[in-house]
Amino acid sequence: MATETLTLGKALNTGLRKALENDPKVVIMGEDVGKLGGVFRITDGLQKDFGDQRVIDTPLAESGIIGTAVGLAIRGFRPVCEIQFDGFVYPAYDQIVSQVAKMHYRSQGKVRIPMVIRIPYGGGIGAVEHHSESPEAYFAHTAGLKVVTCANPQDAYTMIQQAIASDDPIVFLEPKRRYWEKGPVELDAPLSEAYPLHSARVARAGTDATVLAYGPMVRTCLDAATAAAEDGRELEVIDLRTLSPLDLTAAYESVKRTGRCVVVHEAPGNLGLGSEIAARITEECFYSLESPVLRVTGFDTPYPASRVEEEYLPDLDRVLDAVDRTFGW
Amino acid sequence: MAKGDPGVTTRGRRAAPRSKRPATAGEPELVQLLTPEGERIESAIGPDGTEYRVDFTDEEYRGLYRDLVLVRKLDAEATALQRQGELGLWASLLGQEAAQVGSGRALRTQDMAFPTYREHGVLYCRGIDPIMPLGLFRGVDQGGWDPNEFKFNMYTIVIGAQTLHATGYAMGVHMDGKTGTEDGEAVIAYFGDGATSQGDVNEAFVWASVFNAPLVFFCQNNQYAISEPLERQTRVPLYQRAGGFGFPGVRVDGNDVLASYAVTRHALDNARLGQGPSLIEAYTYRMGAHTTSDDPTRYRIASEVEAWRAKDPIARMKAFLEKQQLADADFFAAVDEQARAESVHLRERVLAMPNPEPVTMFDHVYPNGSPELDEQRAQFSKYMESFEGSAH
Ligand SMILES: Cc1ncc(C[n+]2csc(CCOP(=O)(O)OP(=O)(O)O)c2C)c(N)n1
Repeated sequence: MATETLTLGKALNTGLRKALENDPKVVIMGEDVGKLGGVFRITDGLQKDFGDQRVIDTPLAESGIIGTAVGLAIRGFRPVCEIQFDGFVYPAYDQIVSQVAKMHYRSQGKVRIPMVIRIPYGGGIGAVEHHSESPEAYFAHTAGLKVVTCANPQDAYTMIQQAIASDDPIVFLEPKRRYWEKGPVELDAPLSEAYPLHSARVARAGTDATVLAYGPMVRTCLDAATAAAEDGRELEVIDLRTLSPLDLTAAYESVKRTGRCVVVHEAPGNLGLGSEIAARITEECFYSLESPVLRVTGFDTPYPASRVEEEYLPDLDRVLDAVDRTFGW
Repeated sequence: MAKGDPGVTTRGRRAAPRSKRPATAGEPELVQLLTPEGERIESAIGPDGTEYRVDFTDEEYRGLYRDLVLVRKLDAEATALQRQGELGLWASLLGQEAAQVGSGRALRTQDMAFPTYREHGVLYCRGIDPIMPLGLFRGVDQGGWDPNEFKFNMYTIVIGAQTLHATGYAMGVHMDGKTGTEDGEAVIAYFGDGATSQGDVNEAFVWASVFNAPLVFFCQNNQYAISEPLERQTRVPLYQRAGGFGFPGVRVDGNDVLASYAVTRHALDNARLGQGPSLIEAYTYRMGAHTTSDDPTRYRIASEVEAWRAKDPIARMKAFLEKQQLADADFFAAVDEQARAESVHLRERVLAMPNPEPVTMFDHVYPNGSPELDEQRAQFSKYMESFEGSAH
């Protein structure tokens, strides 16, 4: 079997290519996805090989991208839409929450919208405003949508294909600051045997405390776990992978063993995913908990100017600090 | 979607190669008052019969030239600063100086402008310190000028959003009774060719029209929206869209500062007199990359760039000044020297721009603060202090 070392970005590109090859109904659409290959080059070379009717440069209109993709999906296509940056999804927000999410329900299951909405999200790349946001909670709060995010090249490669093959409308969040990080990717394993899309996974086993993260923060938490191990503390890091539905099975099992839990995400804390997760862990693991579930998140401010984003974003120190606090209770 | 459009036909083929069809038939009708060779045209007639002309003093002609050279030089300095890692990003106006200076100088003090993120030339004309947009692109702030003081709103990165703000502002001007006289107020909204695809821009057209807002829509058609050529946004010349919304549209040579001025001044005056909105399409070209993170060789050919270089806005103004003997070698040398000095000054000040104190990220979230946020700020400060003396 072919295992290659790929960046997360290239793994997505390869996964998209596979999806285009395997199903003639898959179309990619978005701003600059054709000749340019997208501003992050995630669709690089795809238009050249599949033509401009499969990889479509759209007019500069996000509501139009999603709205027409709805029509294409009704017509039997499987559109994969790229939103150029997190902060530009809002013009399409109405289409996503009012139309994409509800068509199946409203039609009593007769209309399917097998659509993937790819969004490079999160901060850490020194960008100007509107280019570093974490909108996951908006989508996770909407019933009818599924929301997933990948944290390493292998998941990027398989999850994007699984998302495209799924009949659900899926918001696929890509941790843009991790696009350039490399890892091994098993290219030939059949999708049917791949790790399921809507499941969390233990990224690092440990015994002393459970750290829950997803997307860009998985790397940060793994680094924190490495640092903690040097101090003799074994952290279990769980990559949630799926944000809606939330799969907390592994988390419950873990917290019952460790008795301590820290949830980490970049988005602001107020009503973020961490609140939901902490509540559920508390409900499910109350008698095993040695201390309250703590959250490490972005602050409740708009995303700040990039020269202070390092202080805004949770980093290794803040994760370790929270872990320390769970031990100090 | 029409039959034959991409994705809809099951055969996967299209009846006719529509993408080969030119977006605009023949040479577009263009209001021009200064040819690329620097010849003055006395007057030009717009599509609705309006006659455009300008009457500048010699000093004013030289002033326009100085503006063009200065904004180009400051823009080049910003590009260089980005290349040296001093700015995170820069959106260059290279090639669009005439559209910006022409329209910017046509504004009166009381007029309000709503820019995108590339309007450094208009910003300059509004009397704002050219260092202002660099803070945004350096990542130390999100744009530091006072929009009310300078009558120049914040830069807008979300494409097209500002056209609705401009429309609402203009409706307010009208409601305040500040139109209908020679010294009335007018509003101008800047946006690109790509922006014309956005719902917001089309909604702004509707609103401005039905509320007769004193507004000039100023579209700089620089031929590309990042990599996508004009044909990806429209099949008809953009200025012609205005008709369908119920107001006049005109296409001006955006590399001609005189025509850009004349057309904008006329549209603004109409607006301030209470005659409602209009659309100006400044036909121009982005000579550089979309932003410093873009690679234009992926989507456009060198010969196209060269053809537009021959229409350079500064070269033609210089040729005109020389031909008419309105300026001599000393004048040109002095302008170059002034531009050089201002750009050196700009560079020094950018290098001296400090990073903000991290705790400032909690400022201005709410006008009257918030106890919860104050608490977060206090915790954050305490946390940062715990690193005091360490390398953090
Ligand atoms: C709503 C939205 N979608 C996407 C983007 C990303 N983006 C930034 S500039 C740009 C192209 C804009 O083209 P145009 O309107 O022609 O203006 P120009 O930059 O050429 O002046 C795109 C797609 C954005 N800023 N906002």
